[in-house]
Amino acid sequence: MSGGVEIPVRVSRVEQATATVKRFSLEAVSGEPLPLYSAGSHVVVTMAAPDRKIKNPYSLIDRAPDGSTYRIGVLRTRDSRGGSAFMHERVEVGTELSITMPVNLFPIVRTGRKHILVAGGIGVTPIYAMAEELRRQNLPFELHYAMRDAASGAFADELVARHGDKVRLYRDDAQEIIAVDRILWRQPLGTHLYVCGPEGMIDAILAGGREAGWPDENLHSERFMAHVSGEPFSVRLAKAGVTTEVRPDQSLLEAIEEAGVDAPYLCRGGACGQCETAVLEADGELMHHDHFLTEEEHASGKKIMTCVSRLKGRELVLDL
Amino acid sequence: MPIKSRPIYPGLKLDQRARRHLVAAEGEGALAVLAIFEGKGDAAASATIVYTPGGSAGEDHAEKLADLKPDALHVMPSQETAIVRLNGLLGNAAMGTRLYAAGVEGFIGKVIASGLEHGVDHQSIYTEHCGSLARRVQCVHCKGMTENVTATPFTCSHCGLNLFVRDHYSRRLAAFQGVVVDCETPGELPEIEELYR
Repeated sequence: MSGGVEIPVRVSRVEQATATVKRFSLEAVSGEPLPLYSAGSHVVVTMAAPDRKIKNPYSLIDRAPDGSTYRIGVLRTRDSRGGSAFMHERVEVGTELSITMPVNLFPIVRTGRKHILVAGGIGVTPIYAMAEELRRQNLPFELHYAMRDAASGAFADELVARHGDKVRLYRDDAQEIIAVDRILWRQPLGTHLYVCGPEGMIDAILAGGREAGWPDENLHSERFMAHVSGEPFSVRLAKAGVTTEVRPDQSLLEAIEEAGVDAPYLCRGGACGQCETAVLEADGELMHHDHFLTEEEHASGKKIMTCVSRLKGRELVLDL
Repeated sequence: MPIKSRPIYPGLKLDQRARRHLVAAEGEGALAVLAIFEGKGDAAASATIVYTPGGSAGEDHAEKLADLKPDALHVMPSQETAIVRLNGLLGNAAMGTRLYAAGVEGFIGKVIASGLEHGVDHQSIYTEHCGSLARRVQCVHCKGMTENVTATPFTCSHCGLNLFVRDHYSRRLAAFQGVVVDCETPGELPEIEELYR
């Protein structure tokens, strides 16, 4: 099936890290050790809501040394379409979920000589894993972590305890901002930067990197887009011979799956490119929200990423 | 048919976003360097050029390079000494420095390999192939490198075996692969072709 092997898991622990962030420990229902993964990986969690299946990508924070558990961190978002609300309200110790095998779209570059990690808010989850891996391998790194206020730094204490003065904390409420220009000015050749956080912050940090003369090859980011709700439209799957409606609260991919068609996907956040689908006809305007296709590909109107993008119009015909 | 393992050399381009330019040029490669810095005094002032007149040059371009008024110009007697100097400069370089390489393929390859050693991604190195098409070839048997190979088969300059030049490029070694061609009947060679002049 699309999305690869699924691992049934059970929640073994829930930590309320901050007012809006919970951390969940997941163990395999089979009792077997969970697979090893490289820092920066994520899994897609399937939640069985009463009316539908919700699938969201979450970065892996860590794996217990014996492989018994993974940890993920979930921010309760205000405009949640159900995923983060479900995790916060319905999931408790003992709840069974399903996860995909870990996939890494945000790996540490092994040829790098130094690594600058930058996290904003809940974007700290993959960064936490990367810092741990760099520490284990005794590689030089710095970690810059921005949070709304002291109370919302879900990982601040643990990071400082583990990595000491390699960690710099920035609090929005104290007007502390990450001075990209100063940080990036005198870094040795072969340094790589990794940023994960809110959209605006990622853009600002990457722009700062280019401003400091860094080549694109050394600037890395990961952002999982939530699918953006919109107006309803109709989708026809040419090969399957199926026509179905996409509801306002539903993603195109979810509607296709609900119609019983096993369409390709991996990250479900517009980052990996697996769900790229050829558009045969579009009676309306394609609303692209992914970070995978190039601007030219968006403009061509020939491709769509079904996990986050949709149609503003009447009917979309896909090569599925 | 293009050789799959061989890097593509799209030509030098001045990267205006870079704060420093570290330029390695061999022989006719100097002309490509002159072209990109022509009339760009500010960029030249933040450039360090390592130049070796090299085997492929009909003339010495050191004076013209000096006229660009770069921050520093190092004129070196050979490819090997140019690479040693380049390694010293890379070791002290900061992010924001862009690496450029122009000259014969073997030299470009050595510059890229030095960049990789210092953590520079090969895709962020600007390259231009100038001068001869001669290949740098590693004998797969004795591992010796032979420079300026223009024909196949040729005789390994180290172990003396007759080597066929395969279209297989190693980015790490910056060399093509040479494999013995007459192992069944020593001395019985296919016709020598001058392919890489």
